[in-house]
Parts: sequence; C-alpha cells; structure tokens
Amino acid sequence: MDDSFPSPPLARVDGPLPAWMATMDGDSWRHACAQYQSRGGRLAALWGTDARDCGAGLLVHALLAWNGRLLWLTTAAHPMPPHYPDISDIFPAAARPERALTDLLGIDCRPHDPRPWLRHNAWSAHEFPLRADFAGGTQGADTPYPFTPVGGEGVHEIAVGPIHAGTIEPGHFRFSVVGDEVLRLESRLGYAHKGAEKRLADLAPAEGIRLAGRICGDSTVAYALAYAMAIEALDGHAIPARAQGLRALLLERERIANHLGDLGALCGDAGLAFGQAQFGLLKERWLQTHHQMFGHRYLMDSITIGGVASDLGTPECRQMETELAGLEEEVHTLEDIISEHAGLQERFLDTGTVSAEQVLTHNGVGMAARAAGVLRDLRVEFPHAPYTRLNMENPLRTQGDVAARVALRFAEIHAAAGLLRDILAKLPQGPLQAPAPDKTQHTRAARALGGAEGWRGEVFVTVERYGGDGLHRVHIHDPSWQNWPLLELAATDGLVPDFPLINKSFNLAYSGHDL
Amino acid sequence: MRRLIKRILTTGLPAARLSAISPPQEETGAPATFRSAVGGAIAVRHVDAGSCNACELEILAADNIYYNLARLGVHFVASPRHADVLLVTGPVSRHMVTAVRDAYDAMPAPKLVLAFGDCAAGCGIHVSNYATVGRVADVIPVDIVLSGCPPTPLVLVEAMRRLAGKK
Repeated sequence: MDDSFPSPPLARVDGPLPAWMATMDGDSWRHACAQYQSRGGRLAALWGTDARDCGAGLLVHALLAWNGRLLWLTTAAHPMPPHYPDISDIFPAAARPERALTDLLGIDCRPHDPRPWLRHNAWSAHEFPLRADFAGGTQGADTPYPFTPVGGEGVHEIAVGPIHAGTIEPGHFRFSVVGDEVLRLESRLGYAHKGAEKRLADLAPAEGIRLAGRICGDSTVAYALAYAMAIEALDGHAIPARAQGLRALLLERERIANHLGDLGALCGDAGLAFGQAQFGLLKERWLQTHHQMFGHRYLMDSITIGGVASDLGTPECRQMETELAGLEEEVHTLEDIISEHAGLQERFLDTGTVSAEQVLTHNGVGMAARAAGVLRDLRVEFPHAPYTRLNMENPLRTQGDVAARVALRFAEIHAAAGLLRDILAKLPQGPLQAPAPDKTQHTRAARALGGAEGWRGEVFVTVERYGGDGLHRVHIHDPSWQNWPLLELAATDGLVPDFPLINKSFNLAYSGHDL
Repeated sequence: MRRLIKRILTTGLPAARLSAISPPQEETGAPATFRSAVGGAIAVRHVDAGSCNACELEILAADNIYYNLARLGVHFVASPRHADVLLVTGPVSRHMVTAVRDAYDAMPAPKLVLAFGDCAAGCGIHVSNYATVGRVADVIPVDIVLSGCPPTPLVLVEAMRRLAGKK
C-alpha cells in the first residue's frame, strides 16, 4: 500500500478494478471524505445497505475516486433515528444520493434538503423499500413537489413533463425564465423508479444479470458487464482472455451505436433532417449487425456471469473489419458536412456550456466531462483488462458546449473504431466461459466492485454479501447522477428553445438513474 | 454545402427492403370506426411509463428511413389531444400512473391503446412490486399488445400497417 493514502488502513476490494475499502466511525468518514477531496478526490457513488440482520447496522457507503484508485469508505449510521454526517458541503454531488438514501433506507443526514428525491407517492415517508423488514409500500396521494422558486419582475415558470414532447423517458423539468432566457432549471426525477435494486437482492446471479441488462436499455452491455464483474469477483471466477476481448468489443460497439443515434437526433433537433436520416441509417445497419452476430439489436444477454454468450468466427471478424472501414468513411463525410454547415454550427457553438471548473466541482464524469477538458474515463483512470493490452486513444475537447460534445462524439466513434480493430487483431483463442469456481479453495469475499465505462460514463455495480449464501445487496450507480446537475447548469443563462439540443447533447439516463 | 447536396444526390436506397423480413404474428383488430375516423393517417402519442429505454430506441428506429413508419401515414404528436393511438411502454411505475391516466383521458375518441413490449404486456422482467403496477392493462384499457424485449421496429410497423388498413 502506498504511504500517500491519507486515511486508515485499507483492504483490497475483490474485482479487476484497483479498489480498496475501509470501515470507520462517522466523524472519521466525513474527515476522510474531506481529506481526499482536498487532494483532488471525487465522489463516484453514495449509497446505503441494511446489514442489521448480521449486526452491522444500517451502513452508508461512499465510493471515492482518487489518484487512480477507488476507495470504498463505509460508516454505520448512528441509530435512533438513523443518521450520519452530511458530506454534500464537501461533495455537492452527494446531495441527491443523500436524499435517495432517506427515501430508500430512512437514513438521514443533517442539514440537508428535506425534499424526497426518488419517492413520490409509491410508498409513504415512514416506509423504506431497501430495509429488510419492508412490507410492500402504502401508496399515498400525489403531493405537490416544492421546486425552488425564483423571484423577480417578469419571472415565470415553464413546467415540462413527466411526459415529454418526443419519444423519450419520463422526467420533469421546471424552467424559471424571463422571456426566452433560462434563469434556473431544476429537474425532478424518480418517475421511472421500478424497485430494481430491491429485486436484484433476491435474484440469483444468472437471473440478476438479465435484470441488470434491462435497467438502462441503451447501456445494457455496460450494466451487465459491471454486474458480472462484481459477481465474478465475489465468487472467484477467472475470466478467459478471449471473453475479456469480446466483452470490450461489445462495450465499444454499444458506444458507437449510441453516438450515431444521438448525432442524428442532434441534427434533427437543429432542423437538419438530412443528418438525422443519414445517422439513422448508419445506426440501423450497425444494430442489424448486432442482431446477426449476437442475436440482439441492443446486445442484451450477450454478457454472462463468467464470460460471454456467443463467439465470433473468422468470417464474422473479417465482416466486422469491412463494416468498420465503411462506417468510418461515412462518418468522415458526415463530419465534414456538419462542421462546414454554418446554420448547424451556429446552433451548436457556445450553447449549453459547462466549464471544467463546474465539472470538477460537481464531480462530472464520462463523455460530458471529456467535452469540457476533464479526462474522466474508467478505462484510463483505473486501468483493467483488456484495456491494458489495447491501444487507447483518449479524445478530449475543451469548450464544454454542444459543439464540443458533438465533436467529441465524432472523435469517440473513431477512437472506438480503432479499439475495435485492435481488439479484433489481438483477440486470443480460448474458451468463452470461466470454469466453475472451486468453492472449497476460494474464500468467498463479502464485497466486490465492478465497473465499466459505458458511453455516458462510468457505471458501477457493488455487491455486498452479509451472513451466508443467498442474501446480498446490489447497488447500481449510473453516471447520470453526477451529470444531471451539470445539465441544469448548462441550460442556465441559455434560451428555452436551445434546451432540446443541450439535453440531447448529454442524453442522460432516467431509468438508469431512477432504478 | 456542395458536399451536402452531393451526398443527398448519391445516397442510395437501403439494400434490403422490409418485405425481405418475415412479418410478426401479432393480431391487431382495428375497429372499422377507428379506421374511418383516422382516415389513413394515424397520430401516435408515446408515453414511457417506466421502461428501460430500449423500447423507446426501437420506436425511434421505426421512424428512421429504413423502416420509414411515416410512409404509412403514422406520425408522432406532442399532445395526447391530437392522438389517435396511445403507445405505452414500461411496467407502469406507480409514479407514472397519474400521467398515463391523464394522457388517456385527454385523447379524443375513437382511441386505441397499444402496449409496447414485454413489460407493458405484463410478461417482462420488471414484475409488479412496491414501485410498479406491472402492466398497462391494469391502468387503462389496452387494445393491442406487442411483445418483445424490446419488440423490433418491424413489429410496430406491421401493427401500424394493419391499423391503417394499408397493404
């Protein structure tokens, strides 16, 4: 262990990511958060666990990222009533997860925003779905949600959602505006809350991975992969190199599919039907290849516990290389057209800007952070197989506006295409599935961490097993938790009609956030 | 601009046409009153009632130039007041029940409800629990169920073709 760790002794967390964990009392926990923050650390996730049945109490976990390492810091909430020290003054990104902790587990911290976050009316304020003794939930009446009011002459509110104008996920946006200028945007989420974490706790891994791959449909590979990594670490699977290569191939193909779709939608929102049509066709062909080679247009169920579901033969690998060459040529042509299109660039440039400073303050991650010049990428920050064997390009843009996110998506398509070629060239022979772990040899870990750099950013899955075989707690963290507040900042001081463009340039998850 | 025009002129047709793919087996029975009322142009309002977003991706894909749902006279509208068909996805989270009912009530008659995907049909991986109702039919009357996780764009195109009474 490195001496530069400023806090208590840390134990290695099972899993391919460089992660360490420690349990401490509340004051030390808050102190450790502050120490890491002052040394450039960031909050990657915040969640809780009911471990009362094995005497550990109600636990609060912070996952910090610092200096190429992940630190899983745990504290037990003080009982009666359960509470823990607030850290949202240290990490603003903690504010909404803290509210979710109150909703789901009844663990409070003071002082913090007293409004519920994920809970609307599906269960009452005195019931906590993630507690072991939760009975099922009494549905209450719809109560109005107090949005933060903005005062001043001529200020009014525009309420949008939960049903939006287009074919997208449900959420509510409250704009405070003067004329067309946005003074403040506040979002309210939780409409897509499906109780997925509660269910995951009861499912055997073979079934759990199917559910994990159906929580955020555009990121099914990233979610299933992160879940598989955590379960495999817990049970001691050794993943064969070929399966690792194919997993990365699936993840990079998912990245390209989403970038193609969003670039088309951005053209459409800016009124360039040509671009929407062209990207729509490119994405469609890409998805048809998924169906042909992996049996599902969005690659659901292609990752299994211990490996991957299907192999690629030599002809498929050659076909994929040809497809990549064709795709890149088409994308280059469209990139030239879009970058030369004055009308389109006029809409994109200086619209929806987030600064690097804002990204750092709010612990922004993924593609949105990289478009503002902040390199946040699980594949680079926390090197793990198979990316350690591949030639990584790390495209960055610095402007942080819609144009930068568009430019970065183009660059990431090319970077992912390069990675795919590299994966295909280096794909080792061998089995697709890890041998069944020898349970007599492996001392079963109590905690494990998996993570994948999905197209939006880092997706984490943590699994905790307390007392015995069946019972475990699964937490899934979507990068949108950190990036929704960034989107709100990006919309501030902009124009209402620019919001669809800004929103689409981020394209954050609702279901992945609401779980 | 010259490149854009050149690109438009040289964009070919998709190599495979839809007829090359076998149609799905879903039966849809649009009443004659509905068919005559919509006059061959169907306005669709989509509502995501807690889906994972994969169904939304396939609905959007049905509108791309390959499947070209618009060619059947199907268009997506922003308000349920302009809609003939309510296209609902997801296991209906409890937090979306009010919105789904409001959207349905706001539609003029005759109207049809299409439950899109296994979750909306009640046979998906997201079952009813403390946060979800479990299927669209438990909230509003459902006329047509399209299964799949997610159903492919072709399933939607075929359902709409039958609704519109087009060959």
